[in-house]
Amino acid sequence: MFKKILVANRGEIALRIIRACMELDIKSVAVYSEADEKSLHLKPADEQICIGPAVSAKSYLNIESILAAAKSCGADAIHPGYGYLAEKEEFAKACEENGIIFIGPKPENLKLAGDKITAKKIVEAAGVPAIPSSPGPIGTLEEALAFCEKIGYPVMVKASGGGGGRGIRICETDETLREDFLIAKAEAGASCGNDELYIEKLIFKPRHIEFQILADGFGNISHLGERECTIQRRYQKLIEESPSPKLTVALRKAMGDAAMQAARAVNYFNAGTVEFLLDSDDNFYFMEVNARIQVEHPVTELTTGIDLVKEQIRLSSGGRLECSFDDLKSRGWAIECRINAEDPERNFLPSPGVIETYRPPGGFGVRLDTHLYQGYDLPIYYDSLIAKLVSFDLNRIGAIAIMKRALKEFIIAPVKTTIPLYRQIMDDPSFRKGDFDTGFINRFVSEEEEDD
Amino acid sequence: MATKRVEVRAPMSGIFYRKPAPDQPSYVEIGDAVKKKQVLGLLETMKVFQKIKSPANGKVLEILPESESPLKDDDLIFVIEES
Repeated sequence: MFKKILVANRGEIALRIIRACMELDIKSVAVYSEADEKSLHLKPADEQICIGPAVSAKSYLNIESILAAAKSCGADAIHPGYGYLAEKEEFAKACEENGIIFIGPKPENLKLAGDKITAKKIVEAAGVPAIPSSPGPIGTLEEALAFCEKIGYPVMVKASGGGGGRGIRICETDETLREDFLIAKAEAGASCGNDELYIEKLIFKPRHIEFQILADGFGNISHLGERECTIQRRYQKLIEESPSPKLTVALRKAMGDAAMQAARAVNYFNAGTVEFLLDSDDNFYFMEVNARIQVEHPVTELTTGIDLVKEQIRLSSGGRLECSFDDLKSRGWAIECRINAEDPERNFLPSPGVIETYRPPGGFGVRLDTHLYQGYDLPIYYDSLIAKLVSFDLNRIGAIAIMKRALKEFIIAPVKTTIPLYRQIMDDPSFRKGDFDTGFINRFVSEEEEDD
Repeated sequence: MATKRVEVRAPMSGIFYRKPAPDQPSYVEIGDAVKKKQVLGLLETMKVFQKIKSPANGKVLEILPESESPLKDDDLIFVIEES
């Protein structure tokens, strides 16, 4: 088992990983940028190392600096969290070269997860259904038009190197495709460093269902059930729950098997997620693999009783998978609301500033993963996710009642947050019935661009 | 002819950019004529970009912060001479 783990991340996930280390009696090392000197994740760690200035590129994305920190403190492993370097093959390889264990998938898994075109091909070849899409990258507008003639509109133009919902455009007709194709290519190049695009048939009114996968170093793979992440805005998840109100036992079995098949086809190791789209006829299609611990992992932890971060640590230090999904006897229902420092009444305009009043909820069935505290000055350099509020009860309606109560108790001021939006959603009849698709959020927000 | 100095201040804290992208020219330089609502710069706060627009027709008199510098709420960014 590891003696010392360096946590190469910040905010709530850094705190999450440090907590797991504390429980396992493993020394933890927190790293921080100059803008994060007052961050809550520093206090509980055994050591704290400053890795650079505020800008992420010079700190949390700075491989040299992070490796130097790991070597200077004698860490034998690094946990990358999510985002930042978590899916960077270069970083995982650099850890290996320096004799430090990267707690997560193998470099080849990371490479494949970042190449969505190839990942799809491999998974499809293994018999997993996938969304009809271009067999390879589409380089020119002419190729794009020809391909879309064949599969039919509407289509989604996606960046092969994209992630976290970035680099996606919908084209309803060939006219939109003509307008958008070259722009999409330029955007992909600018944001992902890779301007390769591929095209998928647009699935009508889909639901986003993903399966949590664990794989050990001995060839064993299991899944821990699904998460429903359909409530999104601009492809960013807002609310996640486990299990999905839409899945039947049979569908769960079929999709769970497909998820494991996909993980096996790519020789997956450690924790990961296989994402699917489910159409209104209950057909499911592989979308992509996320080779990291995910933001929404708590809903799976609450329904299975398994600490996923500890599992990651255990698997990376040579542990074996102990049970299958059926052995787990998962129970109950968990819902997570991602709380962002954004004003839902002003088109989600960011809301920076000092948290002058902070009153977190508590009580039975409430879990709160956050790095907030009273007096905290939200840094402007990092994203706006400030807390994950999770509720758990034995059934869905109970979990909704607890979430509704917890959201009402939760005071964060004067900074604006998305708490009021979630309070509205908890009362929404369609949400309460479990009847929604990825267009659900449009009822609560106007989708017009600010451009006067 | 009376001219009016119009101040453009940061709507919230964030990182100020003078260019739309690193390899592009700045939106405006001192001395440029600008129209009302023309984009003068960008402010990035928690990974979200907002456009900083001119409140009036006129000429850019002053540009105070360096590009990529962090600003606080209400920091002075541009001074426009309104025509």
